[in-house]
Formats: sequence, C-alpha cells, structure tokens
Amino acid sequence: MLSSISGNGWALLGAALAVILAGCGSAYGVGVAGQAASGVVTEDPSKFAKVLIMQLLPGTQGIYGLLVAFITLSKVGLLGGGGAELDVATGLMILGACLPIGIVGLVSAMHQGRTSVAAIGIVAKKPDQFGKAMLFPAMVETYAILALLISILAVTSIQV
Amino acid sequence: MSEKYTYAVARIRALELALFSNSTIDQLIACGSYEQCLQFLEEKGWGDNETSGNAEAILTREEEKTWKIVEELKVGMEHFDVLSYSKLFHNLKAAIKAVCTEDMNRHVFYDDVSISGEEMLEIVRTKDFQSLPENMRQAAEEAYDTLLHTGDGQLCDVIIDRAALDAIYDAGKKAKAEIIRDYAESTVAVADIKIAVRSQKTAKSMDFMKRAMAECDSIDTDRLAKAALGGMDAIREYLLGTSYAEGAEALLESPSAFERWCDNRIIQTISPQKYNAFTIGPIIAYVLARQNEIKTVRIILSGKLNDLPEDSIRERVREMYV
Repeated sequence: MLSSISGNGWALLGAALAVILAGCGSAYGVGVAGQAASGVVTEDPSKFAKVLIMQLLPGTQGIYGLLVAFITLSKVGLLGGGGAELDVATGLMILGACLPIGIVGLVSAMHQGRTSVAAIGIVAKKPDQFGKAMLFPAMVETYAILALLISILAVTSIQV
Repeated sequence: MSEKYTYAVARIRALELALFSNSTIDQLIACGSYEQCLQFLEEKGWGDNETSGNAEAILTREEEKTWKIVEELKVGMEHFDVLSYSKLFHNLKAAIKAVCTEDMNRHVFYDDVSISGEEMLEIVRTKDFQSLPENMRQAAEEAYDTLLHTGDGQLCDVIIDRAALDAIYDAGKKAKAEIIRDYAESTVAVADIKIAVRSQKTAKSMDFMKRAMAECDSIDTDRLAKAALGGMDAIREYLLGTSYAEGAEALLESPSAFERWCDNRIIQTISPQKYNAFTIGPIIAYVLARQNEIKTVRIILSGKLNDLPEDSIRERVREMYV
C-alpha cells in the first residue's frame, strides 16, 4: 500500500506533519499557559499584558510548522502552480526534512508551555522580575529555532 | 503531574501576595495598642464592613474568605477533608459532653465542617453513631459510654483525640498528594511529641500515653512514651535522634517556644509548595498558611489585649509561609 504513494504524496505528508505536530504542541502550550494566565488575571487584572506575553511564547512552534509547510508546498508546486511530478525518493526526502520542526515543535511547545506556567507564577508574585521570568520559557525556544533552521535548509536544498 | 490545577495554582500565587510576611507580623506587633492592631488589620483588608472593630468577627470572616476562595477554585473539597478532621472530631467531643452533662452550650461547635454542631448533637442524642463517618463511629461510641459510665472527661477527650489523629494519618496514607502525606505525618508526630511533653509534666502513666499516642512512621511511640516516663531530658535525647531535633532545642528554651516550634514544623513541611506549579499542593499549603496567619494574629491580639510585653508576644509568634 505504501508503495502506491507517489513522491508528491510523501512531500504533502511531510508538510502536513510539520503543521499538525508543531500546531498540536503549540495548542497545548498556549492552552496550559492560558489557564495559568487566567488564574493570575482573576486576582490581578493589571498583570494582563505581562502574562499574555508568557502565554504566547509556546505559540511560535505552530508558526514555524506553518512556515515549513508553506515552503514545502511551494517547493513541490502545490502552492502557486507549476508543480513537478516528484519521484518517491525525493518525496521521502522532503518528508524527512519536515520532521525536525514537526517533532521538535511538538515536544518543545509542550515543555515551553509548562515553563511558561512556572514563569507566570514568578510574574504573579514578583512582577518586577518579568524580564528574568521570560528568559526561562524563551530558552526552550532555542531548540525549536534549531529544528526550524534544519527543516528550512533541508527542504530548500532538495532538488526537485 | 497534571494540568488540572494550573489555573488554581496561578490564582493562589497571586493571592499569596496578600499573605502576611514576617515583617508584616513585626509591624502588627509594633502597634501601640489593641485598637491600633485592629486598625492595621482593617487597613490590610481584613474583615469587612460588618466586622469593623470586632476582632473575633474579623478572624472568622478571614477564615470564611479562605474557604470561599477554595470553593471557587473547583478543585474538589474532598482534598481538604484532612484539614477539617480536628474540627469535626472537636464537634463530636463537644456533642458527647453536651449530651452526657446536659449542658447545651451551642457556642462550642464549629459550623464550617461536614457535620455541624446541631447535627452532631442530634446524632449523639439519638445514639445514631452509624450515621457518622466510619472513622468516627467506634471512637464516638466508646467515648460516649466512657463518659456516661465513668464521668471521666479526660479519658473521653483522649479517645476522640486519638481517633482524630488516626483519621488524619489514614487520610495521609491514602492521599495521592504528597503534601497531604507530609502534613499528616508531621501533624501526628508533633501531636505525639506534645502528648509526651504534657504527660511528663503531669506524671501520666505509660498506659495513658499509649492510649493517646497515634502510630506514625517518623516517631517510635513506644520509645517516646518510655522517654516521657524518664523525664524531659530523656524526651529531648530521644528527639535529637529523630527528624524533630529542633523540637528538642525548643523544649530546652521554653514551653511557648516548643508550642511555636510545633506550628512552625507544619509550615516548614508545606514550604516546598512555593515552588510547585502543577499539583494541588500549593492550594492546600495556602489554606494551611492562612490558618497559621489567622492563628498568629489571634495570638498577637490576645497578647495586646492582655498588655503582654512585645518580647513575650514575639516569642509566641509563628513563622510565616511567605
């Protein structure tokens, strides 16, 4: 059955996984951080802006996944027309190129969400330490960016 | 680890800002008079329009505010049962004494527990002990019969207090939350040490102590009871070999320092919850911290009302959670 999937099919699966996995991670991360942000704002609405930034941090992985998916779709010609008929090997390579941001996006967004929750706890008690608090979830972003770079480099360097 | 408590813990973090720190307590102690203390508390948002100038009403209102917040968090009140056992068993004790002595003083009951004073009186009056929770039935029946046949109020107290400690310890053992296990262990161990100290001072027998002390992992009740028979130094010596060595030092200092240590020990047990973001621990810790805060304020107000010197009040003041 797998042998019946065309090269374009594998490439499309890669783009879909980049969006789905990274998007799911971000949805979890933003959701859990949003719960914590709501808890703080219930008691102190003046901290809304600070906790909102914390909540948004795990949302970037979803955007990275979307970016890689756009590049992939554009590369195979599904976006903007002029699509080429890919062989299976090229399609699988594109799928492989999409996986870093998909998998790392999922895991890093979940962990970033939990770190954001802890950082929101800092902001709740010591709002003047917002800068330091934001660094902790921001650290997790490093690995999503590394995965994004590799996915973009790999997708763009594959010859179609 | 679960996300179930994320909202509640974050809200508690924001509320912790309003908890009294050690420096706020220092400011309260530094107030010149009882009236100034009340004014200070009102300025800090304690009480409401209806409680103005009435210390007891202010403290009761604060306790009510705490439970109202916990209810709003919707985390399941069953997690807090272990904290209400002492009040619940107190109601049982008061009801048995009221029925047996026919002295119906309704002001000795707590109403913020699952069985109010009125209900407890009815249960004891009709001897319907089966309608009590399982962990109260046997103790209720035994204490009732004991008081009725011997008239020994102290023995009745011992039976019910022991049952309360056993209930707290069982709830701790069954609890999934680590903080409840730690709280139960600390509460029972500290209660056993208190029993040993008081029994030593009043020359109680080994049998009495064995009946009063509840088993727990961190204290060997046999050794503690034997130590109590040997004198205060023997109790101190025993405690030095346990994780309650600081209690031995407090015993050496003064009785009030020891009482203070007993409460501080609970606050130390819950302190790690300040750094926990995903369990029910910080919520339970907040309730205990509020109770400790209210108790400390009550001690200070009582000291001020009786014109105790500042140092004497300070010696009795508990460590704060934040």
